[in-house]
Amino acid sequence: MAFFKVQGIVKFFGGLAAVNGVSFEVKEGEICGLIGPNGSGKTTIFNLINGYFALAKGEIQFQGEKISGLKTHQICQRGVGRTFQVVKPLKRMTVLDNVIASAFLRHHPRSDAVKLAEETIEFCGLTHYKDKIAKSLPIASRKRLEITRALATQPKLILLDETAAGLNPHELEEAIRLIKKIRDSGITIIIVEHIMKVIMTISDHIVAINHGMVIAKGTPAEVVSNPEVIKAYFGEDYRA
Amino acid sequence: MKRPSGPFLLLGLLLILPLMLRDAYYQHLMILVLMWVAIGSGWNLISGFTGQVLFGAAAFFGFGAYTAALLSSKLGVSAWWGLPLGGILSVAIAFPFGWICFRLRGPYFALATLALNEIFRHVATIWESLTDGMIGILVMQTFISKLPYYYVALAIAILSIVTVDLVMRSRWGYYFVSIREDQDAAESMGIDTLYYKMLSLCISAFLIGIAGALYTNYMGFIDPKVVFSLHEISIMAILVGIVGGVGTIYGPLVGAFIMVAVQEIFRTGGFGVLHFIGQSTGWPFMSGVIKYVSEAHVLSFGILVIVVILFLPNGIVGDWSLIRKSLFKSKKPAV
Ligand SMILES: Nc1ncnc2c1ncn2[C@@H]1O[C@H](COP(=O)(O)OP(=O)(O)OP(=O)(O)O)[C@@H](O)[C@H]1O
Ligand SMILES: [Mg+2]
Repeated sequence: MAFFKVQGIVKFFGGLAAVNGVSFEVKEGEICGLIGPNGSGKTTIFNLINGYFALAKGEIQFQGEKISGLKTHQICQRGVGRTFQVVKPLKRMTVLDNVIASAFLRHHPRSDAVKLAEETIEFCGLTHYKDKIAKSLPIASRKRLEITRALATQPKLILLDETAAGLNPHELEEAIRLIKKIRDSGITIIIVEHIMKVIMTISDHIVAINHGMVIAKGTPAEVVSNPEVIKAYFGEDYRA
Repeated sequence: MKRPSGPFLLLGLLLILPLMLRDAYYQHLMILVLMWVAIGSGWNLISGFTGQVLFGAAAFFGFGAYTAALLSSKLGVSAWWGLPLGGILSVAIAFPFGWICFRLRGPYFALATLALNEIFRHVATIWESLTDGMIGILVMQTFISKLPYYYVALAIAILSIVTVDLVMRSRWGYYFVSIREDQDAAESMGIDTLYYKMLSLCISAFLIGIAGALYTNYMGFIDPKVVFSLHEISIMAILVGIVGGVGTIYGPLVGAFIMVAVQEIFRTGGFGVLHFIGQSTGWPFMSGVIKYVSEAHVLSFGILVIVVILFLPNGIVGDWSLIRKSLFKSKKPAV
């Protein structure tokens, strides 16, 4: 039984198949990188896993159970957390309140939720922003708040959508360290990232897609040397 | 932590107020204020805190009012039973309504509540065998003195504020605000947004329904035009919420006070000041002015909303620090 399995999923926008028969598996405890050029369907795959969009075809299984067809909040309750590429902070709430709202999912007396929220904020290095209103945060911290909030729901699998985009080199190092720390805490990760340095150094295994279809799967080294991937990223004429 | 003493002082003041304010007219106004605190708190919970604009508060208000009236006129039961029952039956309406309409986002919910408001008004008008239609229903008032009504209204106002305060400190409160801030984020945080929006609406409907039943008991007469009124009830509820401060616990209290005062100023032509000027000067055009002023109150409501939104977007309670700064700036010593 695979820990997480996507089987032949399809999603149309109008006549366009944004995701067209994608299948892959993720093992427990690994970091799976999902790569592909702009508009290739990565975020849409997350939205399908997350239940934000309904599948036109295919099935998604998590821990041996079918989760496709469930509502978004039910999928989160099963243990799948996510971040948004276009961050969605709860703007007029403090960072702490953002995370408390998440922590309530599995921790009921308020004091327990607060405790978990504070620990998670500490874990993600947002402590000095704790009492700031979320909309006042700089972008790097907002991305981090996305991760913090997702972690506070205590997921077993977390979907990270370009959480390192737009960060400076120093922030990038920190982001990589945080992602590794999340993996080391026992959470399985699927990560979408354009920055090759990030994806190559942290992924155990990579799925490359283009035009909504899988074009390569394997270790980072295998995938980057795959001619299909090179073609997708650099065009027809590129020869290494 | 310091216990806030403000609310207790306020409560003490409200408890002894009618004993100092013996004039029945001002007692009447205070009863209306307290009733509007309940309606405003209900509106604020679903609209201010949960972000789902309730455009038809009169649907629940009128439903509560008719529940109380019909208990008395059809079943011969005391209209006071309408207080709990009006609240509960309003929830019974809010539940299926929310279940259907909360699948719609944004303005659709607001419009659906407006439709509910109008549907109820028409039903109450047309179903004459039950409601006597436009003739309305007369209910024997229990007390001659205003005092008992005042204290019942005060109890309901306190119930409303305490309920909203407790809810907003709990998990539910966090969920309501999360839904207001970003529904997609809330869903992906594991929050069943449909369920919690319904929960919020049900609590609101409960409070507004009770206020409706109070109105029947206090006024002793209702008809569809009054209790299902779009501008006297539904719009007024929005104004009470906005003027006091959207998404603040005490906003509805301040909003209710101001809005009842504003409404009264217009209805009476500045508490009779215009009449007085008219009489003492003998200017013939004053009676015309009085007529226009009392009819212009709807317009003035609109202007008030614009002023509040422009200068105090968070309402009087929400922007209190701003108001205090600009009012007392000169008195503060420079540091
Ligand atoms: N809500 C939507 N409605 C219509 N079309 C959409 C919608 N979301 C995505 N698309 C289209 O689906 C395709 C895949 O988009 P998606 O956002 O999944 O790409 P992506 O791989 O995440 O790209 P990027 O790297 O730019 O984030 C694109 O052609 C996009 O225009
Ligand atoms: Mg994307």
